[in-house]
Amino acid sequence: MKPLANLLPHPLPPAAAYGGAALAALALAAVPFVLGMNFGNSWVRIVDFALLYAMLALGLNIVVGFAGLLDLGYIAFYAVGAYLYALLASPQFGLHWPLWAILPLGATCAAAFGVLLGAPTLRLRGDYLAIVTLGFGEIIRIFLNNLNAPVNITNGPQGIANIDSMSVAGHALEKPLVVFGFPIPSLYLFYYLFLALAVLTMFICIRLEDSRIGRAWVAIREDEIAAKACGINTRNIKLLAFAMGASFGGVAGGLFAGFQQFVSPESFGLLESIMVLCMVVLGGMGHIPGVVLGALLLAILPEALRYAARPAQMWLFGRMLLDPEALRMLLFGGALIAVMLFRPAGLWPSAVRRREFAASGNGT
Amino acid sequence: MDIFIQQIVNGLVLGSIYALVALGYTMVYGIMGLINFAHGEVVMIGALTALSVINKLAGSGLPGPVVVLAGLAVAVPVCMATGFIIERIAYRPLRHAPRLAPLITAIGVSILLQQVAMLFWGRNYHTFPAVLPSAPHQIFGAALTDVQIIIVLLAAATMSGLWLLVNRTRLGRAMRATSEHPAIASLMGVDVNRIIAFTFVLGSALAALAGVMVSANYSTAHYHMGFLLGLKAFTAAVLGGIGNLGGAMLGGVLLGIIESLGAGYIGDLTNFCWWSNHLPGGTGAGLCEQFGDRGFLGSNYKDIFAFFVLILVLVFRPSGLMGEKVAERA
Amino acid sequence: MSEVLLAANGISKNFGGVRALANVSLTIGKGEIYGLIGPNGAGKTTFFNVLTGLYTADAGSVTLSGRALNLGQPHEVVRAGIARTFQNIRLFANMTALENVMVGRHTKSRAGVWGAVTASRATRAEEAAIVARAHTLLKYVGIDARANDLARNLPYGDQRRLEIARALATEPGLLALDEPAAGMNASETAALRELIAGLRSDGITILLIEHDVKLVMGLCDRVAVLDYGEKIAEATPEAVQRDPRVIEAYLGGPVE
Repeated sequence: MKPLANLLPHPLPPAAAYGGAALAALALAAVPFVLGMNFGNSWVRIVDFALLYAMLALGLNIVVGFAGLLDLGYIAFYAVGAYLYALLASPQFGLHWPLWAILPLGATCAAAFGVLLGAPTLRLRGDYLAIVTLGFGEIIRIFLNNLNAPVNITNGPQGIANIDSMSVAGHALEKPLVVFGFPIPSLYLFYYLFLALAVLTMFICIRLEDSRIGRAWVAIREDEIAAKACGINTRNIKLLAFAMGASFGGVAGGLFAGFQQFVSPESFGLLESIMVLCMVVLGGMGHIPGVVLGALLLAILPEALRYAARPAQMWLFGRMLLDPEALRMLLFGGALIAVMLFRPAGLWPSAVRRREFAASGNGT
Repeated sequence: MDIFIQQIVNGLVLGSIYALVALGYTMVYGIMGLINFAHGEVVMIGALTALSVINKLAGSGLPGPVVVLAGLAVAVPVCMATGFIIERIAYRPLRHAPRLAPLITAIGVSILLQQVAMLFWGRNYHTFPAVLPSAPHQIFGAALTDVQIIIVLLAAATMSGLWLLVNRTRLGRAMRATSEHPAIASLMGVDVNRIIAFTFVLGSALAALAGVMVSANYSTAHYHMGFLLGLKAFTAAVLGGIGNLGGAMLGGVLLGIIESLGAGYIGDLTNFCWWSNHLPGGTGAGLCEQFGDRGFLGSNYKDIFAFFVLILVLVFRPSGLMGEKVAERA
Repeated sequence: MSEVLLAANGISKNFGGVRALANVSLTIGKGEIYGLIGPNGAGKTTFFNVLTGLYTADAGSVTLSGRALNLGQPHEVVRAGIARTFQNIRLFANMTALENVMVGRHTKSRAGVWGAVTASRATRAEEAAIVARAHTLLKYVGIDARANDLARNLPYGDQRRLEIARALATEPGLLALDEPAAGMNASETAALRELIAGLRSDGITILLIEHDVKLVMGLCDRVAVLDYGEKIAEATPEAVQRDPRVIEAYLGGPVE
């Protein structure tokens, strides 16, 4: 239960730890420059998205990994955050709220939706919850698609465009920032903002995991009846997991809207929910560093594939058999099955989780 | 009134199809206690396989019903094989794993089937050729085609057959024993693995039939059709009481009718003018003028009814209409 | 009997027409070890589950130290001061022994999300107190050496002890033990007996369901006997053993 300690082979003296942290920070700060200069800015953009996905995956991990509740409609909370930003900072209603006002509101709104969805369903068995959340995700999308008539709220399938960019400390991130005469491109600025928030999310998750609340979540996952017998109000604690997970999704959604400056219902389909679930499962349910790894891998690999798929297929078959999108989905589906069958604890599981699956694999 | 009867009839047709798919969910749930997420995709595979055959034979001069039967004859074994493979790959190895594991593999299988279907049949909609008579009969003021009549009758016959199989045969007894207590059933000489595989295969055969019906009814099929259909059929199973065969049939028909009525009337019910015309004293006439004679929600919202039904059932009667309340054992 | 700690009045419970408990009333005095015995299926565990809130009773009420319990809400029952163990051990298998006991401190601590995230001084102090208390309890039941082992890896007897430690972490007025000696060998049972006797001398009232008649008769101050959901006797162990109705219930059929 000491996740940070898991990252290191053995405890380091404070000086070394601080030194290591400083080095890591420096390396992370250099990422966009290295990528941008060697591979082009489109890769910085991909990494920006990967950071958003990391936030999403960390949020979903609270629900699925810690509390053991399978949520298949998680992307709906992302949609809530994104559309809230889009409505409050675009010409759609002529509102132009600042980022710092919208993000907390997005988190709260998404959390409220989480409670709304969870309250009637959380006392049910896990697989019912999975189906209901799946349906919820679809419903949100149907509403976004159709709420353009008779009163136009969401602009329907066309989505909302010309969304304001995010401003931090008075600087609009869509413009490069000039530091000592050296311009830092907009994509890099987004990277730093997203990185900061992703690190903050991770920090919150780590603190929560090792707390009274985190223990209660895991206790519910392990044995709900025993958790009740320990005096845990399982309903409320599960709702809390739902609300916390949803609020992370809401924040990430707001960032997405401000980054893309365009939202449409298409971005919030079931496949997105499943992709985030894949990240959590592939990385290692309940293990924070594993989940981040899963998010980065699944956000970046398919893009790499996009570049590699065409030449590889041309070389192998002489023609394009699979378009990259289909290939991506095939890989996701295959990965979910393969991971569950052969490495059920994920690529980078926590030590405890590894033992758990090893034990249940022996047919106990 | 004619519209009302028409919607009931449409609902009955739709509901028969839901019931067939719901049976697949409920049988697997009854036997293994898990939701076969990929079941909707099996319906889709059935529909598209049958359509390919039917389209091939449509110009051959064979009579329409024979062509459709041929399509069905190919679709059923294909789906049975699919169901068999799904059970082998996604469920059997994980029977003793944590609960989330088989759910996740099932989602994986679902995605794979969808993508494979897309590679095979492409992204576009396939039309059901006009091989069956489509002239409607007038019954109680509602229009009903031959296809719709056949769907309802065939579904009823199939379900009766299934009922006999489960309640009157040795195999059915083994299935019931397995669903009561797998370990004890196996001590009594029941080959539990075979029974579970058989359940999947049987459910998939029903799915194939439902797939052909749904594509004949809507005259179209595409690789993405399984998801929503599966979700609705699952709702039907829960509505009736999951694990209960009679419940799945009842739930399917009920859900079909609810959805059909909902789609028919949601426009009126969210239209102020409709209310002011029907309420005494024309209440709401002002709102009618303000918003115009149109519903806030149209039939494009028809897909949400199933979901609301699901939530309501889960909140007020989680065991469904015909299910027994099962207390969690301490 | 001294001061009354727990009073159950007219508890009835049916399962789909099957009568599991019929109008069961009993009182447990403060500091007592109270045994609940009866043939298989007599309703002992059902009574336990009603008492600890897992089942709702069809009729009847329970008071603890004179205050009515909100039956059907397990977490409130725990808060009110009744903790339990389970017949077939229910530990958090993939948490360490220490963490299991720490979960037991849930009702006696209060840190929420904000406290956890900011790691405020109060939260850190509370967390340290939870750890210290958990170690104390593990020492008390004699398994502190295995504090960092996963619960699932503990030997059977230690798992029972861990479950008791977890229950004690809630600081119960009444500790309800559901067949704690089930599956134990003679030496483990003897050690358990010592543990239970020790609990009593530390002022904890105990409700004990047990099949091991020797253990019950040796430990309990008073014993109640359930048969077909009804209480057919309540007396000292010696008196119960001589009660003809009890003998009949155990041997089956009237002795003629």
